[in-house]
Amino acid sequence: MNSLRLALIAAVLLGLWQGIVVLFALPPFILPGPLAVARAAADNAALLTWHSIITLGEIAAGTFLGVALGAATALAMAASKPLRGLLAPLLLFSQIIPVFAVAPLLTLWLGYGFGPKVVMAVLVIFFPVASAFFDGLMQTRREWLDLAANAAATPARSLLLLRVPAAIPSFVTGLRLALIYAPIGAVLGEWVGASRGLGYLMLFANGRAHTDLMFAALLALTLLAMLFYAVIMALAKMLLGKYLRA
Amino acid sequence: MKGPSLHIEGRAAIDGEAVFGPLSLDARGGGVTCLLGPSGVGKSTLLRLIAGLAPYVSFDGRITCGDGEQAAPRASFIQQSDMLLPWADVLANVTIGKRLRGEKADTEKAQGLLAEVGLSGFEHRFPNTLSGGQRQRVALARTLMEERPIVLLDEPFSALDIKTRHGMQALALRILAGKTVLLVTHDPGEAARLADDVAIMGVAGVKMISAPASPTPRPTDGADTIAFAAQLTAAMMREAA
Repeated sequence: MNSLRLALIAAVLLGLWQGIVVLFALPPFILPGPLAVARAAADNAALLTWHSIITLGEIAAGTFLGVALGAATALAMAASKPLRGLLAPLLLFSQIIPVFAVAPLLTLWLGYGFGPKVVMAVLVIFFPVASAFFDGLMQTRREWLDLAANAAATPARSLLLLRVPAAIPSFVTGLRLALIYAPIGAVLGEWVGASRGLGYLMLFANGRAHTDLMFAALLALTLLAMLFYAVIMALAKMLLGKYLRA
Repeated sequence: MKGPSLHIEGRAAIDGEAVFGPLSLDARGGGVTCLLGPSGVGKSTLLRLIAGLAPYVSFDGRITCGDGEQAAPRASFIQQSDMLLPWADVLANVTIGKRLRGEKADTEKAQGLLAEVGLSGFEHRFPNTLSGGQRQRVALARTLMEERPIVLLDEPFSALDIKTRHGMQALALRILAGKTVLLVTHDPGEAARLADDVAIMGVAGVKMISAPASPTPRPTDGADTIAFAAQLTAAMMREAA
C-alpha cells in the first residue's frame, strides 16, 4: 500500500516533469526530461557506479568518525563538569563556523583526495550527534537517578547502566540527522576540489553542458543517500531496539 | 534480621519555603508504620529525607535509628512509579542494585525472590509486557534483593486496581515481615488494613495513633478495620481543617 502510493507519487511527478519539458520546448542543456536523464544514467552506468562508490566511501567514513566523535564528546561532557565547560564552547563553535568557508582550507591542507571530504562530513555530523546525545544523558528520569543514589551506585556505573541506556533514543535522533547531513558534507568537499566522486561528476557534467548526466549524478546521489540512511537506521533498530522500548 | 526503630524530628524547607515541621515521628522497629496525610503536606519529602534522596531540601533536625546507626544507607525506597528499566528484562531489573555497585549479581537468589513474589518464569520478560501489579512485584523483588532492614514505600499501590492492590498489600506484608516499613498513603482504608501504627501528618505536626491489636493484613470488612478506618478518616479531616 505504502510503496504503491510512493510509486504513484513518483509517476505523477515524473509525468509532470516530462510534460513541462515538452510543453515549453526546453532545450536539454537547460532541463532534460526524465527520459533523457534515464538514458544518460543507463549510458553512463559504469561511470556513475564508480563515482558513487567513492562518494559512499566518504559518507560512510565521515558518518562513522563523526558519530563516534560526537558520542564520545557527549559522554565526556556528561561524565565530567570541568570537561563540560571546556567542550561546550567547542561544540557550539564547530556548528557556528560556516563549513562552506572551511572547505577550501581543508583542500589546501589535506589535498584533493579522500581526507578533506571525510573531515567535512565529520564537521557537519559532529554537532547533531553530540548535542542530541548529551541532552539525553542530562535528562535521565529522576526516578532512575533516585534508584542509583539509593543503591549507592558509583558515578561511572550509573552513567553506564542507567544514563547511557536511557539516552539511546536521543542518540538515535542525532544519528538520524547525521545520516541526512553526511552526504551534504561529502559532496560539499567534492565541489570545492576533487577529481572523483558524484559531486565532482556533477560539476564536470555541468561545465560541459551535459545537463542530463548532471541530473543522473544527482539522482544517483539521492538514491545513495536514501539507501545509506535506510540501511544504517535498520541496523540501529536491530542493535539498539531494546533501548527504544516505552 | 529485625529492622531498627526510626525516629525523625525537625523541620524541612526548600529554597526557604517551609515544607513541613517542626514535627516528630517514630516508626516501630520491625513493624509497619503508615504515614497518612493530605497532598502537599510533605509526606514524600519526609520519606526522601530518610532515604537520603533529598539533597535539595534543607533539613533542620535529625533522623536516628534505635541501634545508633545511620538510616539512609540501610533504607530501600519504592515509589509509585516502579522505577523499572524498560530496556532490561525482569532478572536484570531485580539485580540492578548489585550491578550499580559493581558487585556480582546473584542470579539464583534473584530467581528465588521472583518465585517468592509469584513471578517464576517471568525472568526474561520486559517491563512493557507486564501489568501494573506484576511491575510492582518486580520492584518488591528488587527491594528484597538489596537485603536492607528499612523499607520506605511512597504510595506504591495507589495506581493499582482494588483487587490487585489487596493482593499486593498482603504480599508486601508477608515478604517485608521483620523489616521496619514506613508506608506513605492517602488511603485510610489501606492504613487500617496494614498498619501497626499510623502517623497522621498535618500542617501542625504528626499525630501518632495505635492500630488495633488484630493481626495484619486485617480483612477490609472486619469490624475493627472499618472502625479504625473511620477513626483515621475523622482524624485526617481534623488535620486538614
